[in-house]
Amino acid sequence: MFDDLRDLYQEVILDHGRRPRHGARLAAFDASAKGDNPMCGDRVQVFVRHDGGRIGEVGFEARGCAISIASADLMAEVAAGCSDAEIHDLAQRFRELARSGAAAGDDAAIERLRPLAGVHEFPSRVKCATLPWHALLAALDGKGEASSE
Amino acid sequence: MNVTTRPALLDIEAIRAEFPILQQQVRGRTLVFLDSAASAQKPRAVIGAMVQAMETQYANVHRGLHWMSERTTEAYEGTRDAVARLLNAPDRHEIVFTRNSTEAINLVAHSYGRGVLRPGQAVVISEMEHHSNLVPWQMLRDAHGIELRVAPVTDAGELDMAALEALLADGKVGLVAITHMSNVLGSYTPAERIAALAHAHGARVLFDGSQAIVHRRVDVQALDADFYAFTGHKLYGPTGIGVLWARRELLEAMPPFMGGGDMISSVTWERSTWAEVPHKFEAGTPAIIEAIGLGAAIGFVESVGYEAIAAHEAALTEHALARLSAIAGVHVLGRAQDRGGVVSFTLDRAHAHDVATLLDRQGIAVRAGHHCAEPLMRRLGVDSTARASFGIYTTQAEIDALAESLLRVREFFA
Ligand SMILES: Cc1ncc(COP(=O)(O)O)c(C=O)c1O
Repeated sequence: MFDDLRDLYQEVILDHGRRPRHGARLAAFDASAKGDNPMCGDRVQVFVRHDGGRIGEVGFEARGCAISIASADLMAEVAAGCSDAEIHDLAQRFRELARSGAAAGDDAAIERLRPLAGVHEFPSRVKCATLPWHALLAALDGKGEASSE
Repeated sequence: MNVTTRPALLDIEAIRAEFPILQQQVRGRTLVFLDSAASAQKPRAVIGAMVQAMETQYANVHRGLHWMSERTTEAYEGTRDAVARLLNAPDRHEIVFTRNSTEAINLVAHSYGRGVLRPGQAVVISEMEHHSNLVPWQMLRDAHGIELRVAPVTDAGELDMAALEALLADGKVGLVAITHMSNVLGSYTPAERIAALAHAHGARVLFDGSQAIVHRRVDVQALDADFYAFTGHKLYGPTGIGVLWARRELLEAMPPFMGGGDMISSVTWERSTWAEVPHKFEAGTPAIIEAIGLGAAIGFVESVGYEAIAAHEAALTEHALARLSAIAGVHVLGRAQDRGGVVSFTLDRAHAHDVATLLDRQGIAVRAGHHCAEPLMRRLGVDSTARASFGIYTTQAEIDALAESLLRVREFFA
């Protein structure tokens, strides 16, 4: 019945959407920002703690669909250990992945995010996947708030 | 499987044949359109009237001295008569054309709110307002020193009448602006009782009839309303045309909303004087073709008849409530006694957007989200809901399809 939907809702996404590993506010953080998608009511707040010059840990609080929660969770997972500059580059490639279904590179981080590529076939859902990234970039840039576009 | 035994008073196949879009396939299946509360589909009568107007008799209204303009003006003004008849308005000059409900309510908030209400007075809305009957009043509050009060809804999703009465008690309320039917819960509000209560406390009353008028006959005199707003596109008409009805003496006391052509009586450098109502409120070239389309939509609804529509939709709603409540994990929001063809629900373990995407894959269109009623969502303790809404063309089989598809969705997220 839903065979064609398995592209969108891959097992990884259902799993992380249901049981996010990083879905909590961090006890200590040095950057944070909210993201808001006013069209559908999805909301996310990300928390970042740096260790030395790199990201030590990312956590988030969110309400939203399976896609947005899974995207936030995978983002938090791959962000740990990255420099801010690496996050900017990765966010750029992830946006491309969500919009077109393809992204440059074969590093471990982008490969981990690749299950979300299926959203590109669902234009109304692309923002669900990209919202947490907008929030993370806003946090790193000291902006506090991100909108989905 | 049929839960209801009520006789169908309306020839559903004949009605469906009037809506060309229902013949469309979506993702290889016949469209099951359960999103009429967002915007309804259009019958041939509406499409045809708009095309015919453009092909045979189009010109601007109220300004040409030539044949085309006279014919177009007649058709445009004919819709004003149709709306007056639809609402049982005592006077056709009380019908103001707007773009939609939102503009109608903003017109009142601006012209009545700033022109008649005084700082220190209050406006009462309810917890189940669409943003379009909420944000204009917040803007008025902030710009004009009006207090905004909010009447709560009960856990059943009905307007709390005792609380409303308490909000009116100090006599400061100048206007009660409340939905006539919730676009989320489907609840009708007891408009006659609200109007009586408001009037007893010296307040005027506005009803947002965007949803209500689709499912039931509305008689503004029987309700004893002061303002009534609705939008054409939900009533099987085109987008871009809505209606504000208001008592003539209120419209006459209100300053214009927008300035420009068509709304003046005379203009000099020193000053302008306003045209008679309703033209005072219809600045600029109006939505001529859309008004003509709305006239055709009203004719269509009247030809089917509100009694048949109400009976058909009551049976559908009852059927939907029975089918959806029977699914473990599905929760229907609100259990108002008096309700129209709108059912909001949540599904355990699945977000409404995911539910809507999976239903869409099965050719079923529902709405998911906060339905432009964020404060109500918070009151209900949910972030978003899925919403199935019914129209004149909805069938029991479509509701059965929804129920069966929801079982599969539930499995998917199990
Ligand atoms: C109860 C209610 N009020 C107002 C509106 C606004 O209608 P429109 O967008 O046509 O102005 C809607 C529809 O979205 C509605 O359901």
